[in-house]
Amino acid sequence: MSKLRMRFSKTGRAIWISHLDLMATMQRAFSRAGSRLKYSEGFNPRPQISIALPLSVGCASVCEIMDFQLVEEVDITSLKDRLNATMPEGIEVLEIYEPTRKNAELKWLAVEGIFEYDEREVDIIQKQLAAFFTRDAIVVEKKTKRGFGETDIRPSIREIAFSAAEKSVSVTALISAQNPTLNPELLCAALRALAPELAPDFAKFTRIETFDGEGKLFR
Amino acid sequence: MDKRLERILPRVQKPARYTGGEYNQIIKDRDEVELRVAFCFPDTYEIGMSNLGLKILYKTMNSLPFVWCERAFAPWGDMYGEMKKAGIPLYALESGDSLEAFDVLAFSIGYEMAYTTVLDMLDMAGIPLRSAERPGLLPIVFAGGSACVNAEPMAEFMDLFVIGEGEEMNNELLTLLRQAKAEGWDKPRFLRAAAQIGGVYVPSLYDVEYNDDGTIRSITAQDGAPEKVRKRIVEDLDAAPYPTDPIVPSTEVVQDKVDIELFRGCVRGCRFCQAGHIYRPIRAKKPETLIRQGIETLQNTGYEDVTLLSLSTSDYRPLGALCDGLLDYCEPRSIGLALPSLRADNFSMELMERLQRVRKTGLTFAVEGGSQRLRDAINKNVTEKDLLNTCAIAFAGGWNSVKLYYMLGLPTETDEDILGIAEMADRVLHCWRENAKNKNRGVRITISTSCFIPKPHCPFQWEAQIGKEEYLRRVNLLRSAITARNVTYNWHDAETSVIESALSRGDRRLAGVLEEVWRQGGRLDAWSDYFVFDRWLGAFERCVLDLDFYASRERGLDEVLPWDMIDVGVRRQHLLRERERCYRSELSPDCRKQCSGCGAAAMLHGRKCDE
Ligand code: SF4
Repeated sequence: MSKLRMRFSKTGRAIWISHLDLMATMQRAFSRAGSRLKYSEGFNPRPQISIALPLSVGCASVCEIMDFQLVEEVDITSLKDRLNATMPEGIEVLEIYEPTRKNAELKWLAVEGIFEYDEREVDIIQKQLAAFFTRDAIVVEKKTKRGFGETDIRPSIREIAFSAAEKSVSVTALISAQNPTLNPELLCAALRALAPELAPDFAKFTRIETFDGEGKLFR
Repeated sequence: MDKRLERILPRVQKPARYTGGEYNQIIKDRDEVELRVAFCFPDTYEIGMSNLGLKILYKTMNSLPFVWCERAFAPWGDMYGEMKKAGIPLYALESGDSLEAFDVLAFSIGYEMAYTTVLDMLDMAGIPLRSAERPGLLPIVFAGGSACVNAEPMAEFMDLFVIGEGEEMNNELLTLLRQAKAEGWDKPRFLRAAAQIGGVYVPSLYDVEYNDDGTIRSITAQDGAPEKVRKRIVEDLDAAPYPTDPIVPSTEVVQDKVDIELFRGCVRGCRFCQAGHIYRPIRAKKPETLIRQGIETLQNTGYEDVTLLSLSTSDYRPLGALCDGLLDYCEPRSIGLALPSLRADNFSMELMERLQRVRKTGLTFAVEGGSQRLRDAINKNVTEKDLLNTCAIAFAGGWNSVKLYYMLGLPTETDEDILGIAEMADRVLHCWRENAKNKNRGVRITISTSCFIPKPHCPFQWEAQIGKEEYLRRVNLLRSAITARNVTYNWHDAETSVIESALSRGDRRLAGVLEEVWRQGGRLDAWSDYFVFDRWLGAFERCVLDLDFYASRERGLDEVLPWDMIDVGVRRQHLLRERERCYRSELSPDCRKQCSGCGAAAMLHGRKCDE
């Protein structure tokens, strides 16, 4: 059967499932739903699934994209329902369709974050945060294949805004999804390195939406 | 989710094992149930979630509408530290509620080295360790599992034990507790009533007195408790509840596969083997039942592997029919079928050939003793001829790795027997040279030894353990006898075996030692990462108890044994007779050739074993 694309969300307790474990979870969910995934050929066959942008453990998302192929032809509307009946808590299939675009065209991610401040004035912090991210360059240390390197994350942040909430500041941002990938956790790492007084006591993020290079919805 | 928990999870390894939310978990409304039960497994999530007993009892306890049974496991060191720092008590995975809120903590204890972890889990839950420190009716803390056939070292901590198979017994107990809670009974009244349920052992109802030499003078049952607690079994396994929709972990565990339990018990009667005696009589399931349950479980879990579980898979008579039935379903779907615990015979090899067409991984044989004389003495019915035959077929079929398991320190073992291990490895190597099709790939022969631990309720329950120094001497003897390059020798350390020996035949006075080890930081002692021998030595010393008295001493035949109030169905005379036959290096027939009248058949109420 032809290639299919699934959009799904991973929230609640499911955010703690690692990328690798998610692959096994998906394979089992398909199998429970009575649709078998196509496997690669060779000595150690693996299910043919690929997740567009691996999500780090602890990060939530309502816009994950996974491509897959099935052994047999199926009705895709009923597949979605069948899958949702067999998913662990927190994973929900939003839609299944035949993709028209390549994953490489995915460029920007809208993310929301909550920065928690246990003992600081969030009204003040919120303004300082906004000011901090207007800098021309924000250079942080980043793990690379060859050890540690320096990277300027500023070009990877297209938009960022802050608003104060209960003991926390809400963040909304549009960040680079790939080439280069900006892990939103780096926003906090930048604060810890360059403005420790603004670094939150705890931060968590949710991926909200996927966009292409022109800023249009990516599907 | 608890905010404190949310903050520490990003810092620990594999957080998904601490969050619950897996497919097939059971969620109920906490306000609509009358009893909240925490099924506590004193080891990691990965080990516990691979345990068939947990899968079965989670289901059967939850089948009671008035009960919500959830799971709790012991956190690994990093999570443990974070939870302590953040002040988070141990919680159940389904609801996330702290165990303090529960009516029942039910521990599954499969091995003695988990005892300190049980104490630690109680402490992490904020529950006083000793039964006497918990005067109220709730929570009731109890334990079951194979280590409980001598529960005495844990007697002070537990309110009661369930001995044997828990499918029916646990629910009878919970039904009684529901009544007790509704009617406001006090704890002594509940315990007295619980002791009347078959298989329930309430340690506080038994008085133990000691002789001057430290041995037990008498054990006296009080308040109408039975003098002997007979273990419970499920008579008809085909009719017994079996969970075909177990929880599917969202993170990798030790056994990510479907288990098919062929039978309980064993027909073999190896004299060192506790499991072979305490699970008697043998009761097999019908292949139709197993095929149906296996397929259903595969469909409900999405697993891609099935394992046949039993103490000795080759002894399942309809094994061929079962494999055919399962393969009809599995093969077209690329589902793997694994058969551990096969015997070294030709039939098994043909079967393996059929099953493992692709991957030829290692062959494993539990040989146990190095000479035919010793194997006869322990009633391990493996001959060198069988083993070499099997190896010949395997090598010709492309296998190129063999693992041979032995125990050192078995009763009657001599240096000659030990040298026999090295000789056998040489003959296996020779067999490979003669039979292997493609010698370029080489061969790997691995010998492993562990130190024999005498266990309660088997014919060797009175035997001495050789101890650490003597074990090392024997290891070195064997080590110097192994010369071939392709033969590797791994030996397990004897320190854990010495402690395990002390605990498995220990009495109630060991409670102090366990508590002391735990106070000094002992937990997860089944893991070499955490086991500290000196901590145990220190605890024995501080409690003024002699480790050798418990670990290595041969027990006299006139001694009252700490586990004498537990009756697993096998008669003492049978154990004694088998021990005598060991000294004469005499084999006993297996249950199928000839019943040796061990007594276990009485539990089947007129039916015969293995029918
Ligand atoms: S009663 Fe006989 S057949 Fe049954 S387990 Fe005992 S020895 Fe074996």
